[in-house]
Amino acid sequence: MSKTGLIIEREYLSRIRKKSFIIMTFLGPILAAGLMSLGIYLGLSDSSAHQILVVDLTAPISEDSLANSTPLFWNKLKSAQQINFSYTPEGLTNTEFDSSQYSLMVVLRNDILTHPQAELVFRKLPSMKVRSYIEDQIENVLEDEKLKLNQIDKRTYDSIRTKVDIIQVNASDGKTSFKQEQAIVGFVFAILIYLFIFLYGVQVMRGVMEEKSSRIIEVIISSVKPFQLMMGKIIGVALVGLTQFLLWIILTAILFSVAIGFLAPELSDAGSMAEQIQMTESVAAEATSEPVNQAALTEMMELILFRINWPLMIGMFLFYFLGGYLLFASLFAAIGAAVDNETDTQQFMLPITIPLIFGFIVSEFALSNPEGASVFWFSLFPLTSPIVMMVRIAMGFDSGTVWQLFLSMGLLIAGFLGAVWLAGKVYRVGILMYGKKTTYKELWKWIRFSS
Amino acid sequence: MLEVNNITKSYANHIALKDVSIKVPKGSVFGLLGPNGAGKTSLIRIINQITGPDQGEIFFGGEKLHPNHISEIGYLPEERGLYKKMKVGEQSLYLARLKGLSKKEAADRLKFWFDRFEINGWWDKKVEELSKGMAQKVQFITTVLHGPKFIILDEPFSGFDPINANLIRNEILRLRDEGATIMLSTHNMGSVEEICSHIALINNATKVLEGSVEDVRNRYRDDIYEISFKGDMLSFTNALWANFELLSHKQDGSLRTAQIKLLNGAIVNDLLKSLIPVVQVHAINEVIPSMNDIFIKVVQQNPDRDE
Repeated sequence: MSKTGLIIEREYLSRIRKKSFIIMTFLGPILAAGLMSLGIYLGLSDSSAHQILVVDLTAPISEDSLANSTPLFWNKLKSAQQINFSYTPEGLTNTEFDSSQYSLMVVLRNDILTHPQAELVFRKLPSMKVRSYIEDQIENVLEDEKLKLNQIDKRTYDSIRTKVDIIQVNASDGKTSFKQEQAIVGFVFAILIYLFIFLYGVQVMRGVMEEKSSRIIEVIISSVKPFQLMMGKIIGVALVGLTQFLLWIILTAILFSVAIGFLAPELSDAGSMAEQIQMTESVAAEATSEPVNQAALTEMMELILFRINWPLMIGMFLFYFLGGYLLFASLFAAIGAAVDNETDTQQFMLPITIPLIFGFIVSEFALSNPEGASVFWFSLFPLTSPIVMMVRIAMGFDSGTVWQLFLSMGLLIAGFLGAVWLAGKVYRVGILMYGKKTTYKELWKWIRFSS
Repeated sequence: MLEVNNITKSYANHIALKDVSIKVPKGSVFGLLGPNGAGKTSLIRIINQITGPDQGEIFFGGEKLHPNHISEIGYLPEERGLYKKMKVGEQSLYLARLKGLSKKEAADRLKFWFDRFEINGWWDKKVEELSKGMAQKVQFITTVLHGPKFIILDEPFSGFDPINANLIRNEILRLRDEGATIMLSTHNMGSVEEICSHIALINNATKVLEGSVEDVRNRYRDDIYEISFKGDMLSFTNALWANFELLSHKQDGSLRTAQIKLLNGAIVNDLLKSLIPVVQVHAINEVIPSMNDIFIKVVQQNPDRDE
């Protein structure tokens, strides 16, 4: 086995055998699955049934209602599975309400038609879902009433009420554009890259510092070249990261499906995994009470599954993932070599973490304006492109813009070669320097001097 | 075995080695001496190819120094270190394999050395569980495990108790007897006299002295003799004439000892001739300077100008 191979093997094995690695590997998916399941569980079981007392203080207004001589809302709010309405013409005081069997009290004033406002008195704050349900019901009744007052036929009204869908069409190919939606998928990948670079880049730095402070470095570089040691460490840690990643994906999938089966058996009966996910997503969406209907969700799923160019996405993800990691990890390695202890790392960490965080911010910005100038420039710049470009790849390229992808890839390769070269120089000198606090001026001298 | 020719090495703001040449004969124990900061570690690092010289060449066993040679060199740096979290056995295997041994060969040799040093029980211990002396032993083993022809030991005795220091000294001599050449950098002049056959002294980035220990000590002989006698000190002093200088004297019971320097080419016979009539001479022998004396003398003659 080559010496670099030996170093990679040691870096890899010594890390994956660590307790912290094993704990993180198992805890990560448990946490993720736990959070996801918790969300679903809450969505399903926001089932604290509500007995709602509707205090209807309105007087019937329209002719039709007069004939009935009941107040406006009387028996008109539709009860749902967990929600039951009872009606009273007289309000309870708060103390009376507190000791009643009702969990909520809706107070509808007489002037509600002119001042559309209702009071919801609670003992325990109800969920957003319950609140918006009640809102919807009241709105419906008010609408009906207003239609009657203005003598508008309900059917006419429905035909008048209009909702406009904007469909974005790209002039170059005439196809419907879903770029903003696709960008969200890219953003998820961008977050992954950001996390990976940070977590494992810092591990490389720590590893270098450990070798330096335990003074084993001199023994090792009397056997191998400093560059081999540095690259061995960077690659070894990358493999650790990929392993952890893979295990996370597998374990999360297992845990998630187990959790679904356990918490919501009716969902696991539904058949295929895809359906399951779709359903859980819709449940989750309901839980947050977003007005997302089933159709929109299916559309979203379709978008995720079919609009994205998955082979390109995954391929580029791996490319930018590794390219970005190599670039940053070698810079982190250089920092580890330049300093004596953890506290000194701060001053050198800053210029590296700023582009990372900045890339993250730009890619967030790209969600609302995917084709802005800043997104364009920072998707080319090697220190930010691994994060920002993910969003753009999710949106896809056409023949007119694909050069930007190639340029960005080329620049990233050049960037990491440059970073490795630079880091190699700093590393070679730094690992044998002790006791002196390194300054930027010193670093520059090392780079220049050893060339 | 090793020939260093006109090596010069400078760092950004100081010169570490200035035109240094040394020859390490095969089978010797070569002491590389010098005060702190003289440039010893720089020279050792250049021989180990950790850094390169600015000028000059090194020949290893007659060939120009080449990266392949590192498998034939064993190096124990002054700053010892092992991976603290790694187990002793695993770590020794790793370091041996980095030097080019196969896994099996490394394991066999390690077993031999662990038996020899009676440290078999440490195999599965982490380095951080070992005492400093124990870790040093492990480190010594990893230095010589791959059977290097040339072994560089930087302060090999520091951190050892007298028993273990003795163990290491015997190992060094045994390795020499088995055909290895050893370069030793140390401040412990006692051990230099004991085990080194050759030395070089580096001071202020230049080599100021080189040769076999015997040669060097003879070169620094100062014609000083120590004479033990019985008799009156005053008449002893009076008997000394212009060619003899009394350096010191002391009394131990009835026996007196004095150190006398011969001047102007006088010989021992002249001294005895003038002393025999006045005192009863008990013994006389030449005072050969210790390496310690030579070290101090040479270094003080060449004061550090750079710093």
